[in-house]
Amino acid sequence: MKSVFNELGYALLLSMRDILPILALILFFQLFVLRDKIPHKSRLAVGFIFCALGLGLFLAGLRKALFPIGEIMARQLSEPEFVAGAGGFAQEPVWWAYGWIYLFGATIGLATTIAEPALMAIGIKAEEVSKGSIRQWPLRIAVALGVAAGIILGLFRIITGAPLVYFIAIGYAVIIIQTMFAPRYIIPLAYDSGGVTTSLVTVPLIVALGLGLSQTIPGRNPALDGFGLVAFASLFPIMSVMGYIQCAHWWDQLKGRQQLKKGRS
Amino acid sequence: MHSAWQKIVHTWPLNRFPVRLFSIIWVRLKGAGRDIAPILVVIAFFQLVVLRQPFPHLGEILWGILLVYLGLIFFLEGLEMGLFPIGERLATGFARKGSFTWLMVFSFALGFSTTIAEPALIAISAEAAEVATEAGFIEQGDESQSRYALGMRLTVAFSVGLAVVLGVLRILFDWPLHWLMAGGYIAVIIITFLAPPEIIGIAYDSGGVTTSTITVPMLAALGIGLASTIRHRNPLLHGFGLIAFASLLPIIFVLLYGIVLFRS
Repeated sequence: MKSVFNELGYALLLSMRDILPILALILFFQLFVLRDKIPHKSRLAVGFIFCALGLGLFLAGLRKALFPIGEIMARQLSEPEFVAGAGGFAQEPVWWAYGWIYLFGATIGLATTIAEPALMAIGIKAEEVSKGSIRQWPLRIAVALGVAAGIILGLFRIITGAPLVYFIAIGYAVIIIQTMFAPRYIIPLAYDSGGVTTSLVTVPLIVALGLGLSQTIPGRNPALDGFGLVAFASLFPIMSVMGYIQCAHWWDQLKGRQQLKKGRS
Repeated sequence: MHSAWQKIVHTWPLNRFPVRLFSIIWVRLKGAGRDIAPILVVIAFFQLVVLRQPFPHLGEILWGILLVYLGLIFFLEGLEMGLFPIGERLATGFARKGSFTWLMVFSFALGFSTTIAEPALIAISAEAAEVATEAGFIEQGDESQSRYALGMRLTVAFSVGLAVVLGVLRILFDWPLHWLMAGGYIAVIIITFLAPPEIIGIAYDSGGVTTSTITVPMLAALGIGLASTIRHRNPLLHGFGLIAFASLLPIIFVLLYGIVLFRS
């Protein structure tokens, strides 16, 4: 029991160290640059302690739960006995043999993105500013589908061991082409949506999934092939959001034309 | 509309504290649960319906999930109690202050300090160090492992600081975002071909990892604060875009970190 407390105490100290820069930033700029008082000192202090405590607990739980879960799921879903039946593989497995792991990755991506609070905030903002031509729910679905598609392609890359850079380069090229056609006011929002999707709980799980998968697939090295899923999951929403907005834009134009015709006749 | 219960609560101030505390805890329980519940549902479905295998170390994992849940509750509550309100005040304060140098210094410091505290980055850099040790890319031992992880975090934090400076300059001078991003994309691809393979995967991931719980709201506050203070700036067109830089520049800098570390 004593060692548990020692561990927790150490974790708490470490997380205090991690949050200290923000506190220093706030105190320095508030006191010396803006030359203002610190409002609600006690709230700030309690908030700081809560943050450190929460960070320590979260990281401890992450090592005990989220990382192992991701790795266990990846291993169980890609084990030869599960993928090819009791006999294991007769020959080197093909990439489409791993259907369940694609489905698992895509479902995790969808489920965690749809409910992401940061995304809801962006959705509401976008609906407001586009005067209703971009709607919140389709936008959120577009982002979630983007994340799911990204994870599927990322898993495919890990399974086949193809170099990451080609996928990303093609992704970038598609985004640049989409940007040229997209309505200008939406570009920053679309680019931001990629970064917003990958939340605190999802990221460790997805990373562990990739690392676990690269451990079980024959011929893969976790250190070389295991990463990259998060990169896909934050690249693809940019594409799907711009795709959705493009469609919404065309749809509006189409409706506008029809109404114009109705008005004439 | 005043129920008897509310009357009691209002006339007896001592009673208000537990009620408020309870409502805070309830809101947090729901909020953090929303982050974890979808994952648990998906995993339970795959375990019970698809795999039908015993789940190893179930007890320890459930305990870990409880820790994650509690950790999220405290962390988010702490952010909203202390750091977010004053951080947002500072961000809008600096947006209004009009001192170019201080705005730049503040932008860099904001990007740097929020990234150092980002939990996902702490976890992923530790994991990356472990994987790199197992593969023999870095020396065995806890010290070299934590040095690698800290080096990565500092690199990412530095690059997010620069990204915020760049993003603020873009808002100030109305540079078009897509040209900067396109340039950044090309830089990423070119540097990838120079970088050692050991770093590429984690470098690309670092972009998505950094922009999370603390960074996103703080950067949004700074961007929207700036865009609504400066004349002829549209909050949607100019306020967004900081996060885009903050998820692009870390890729470039972690690749460079890998070049320095593995190629020298």
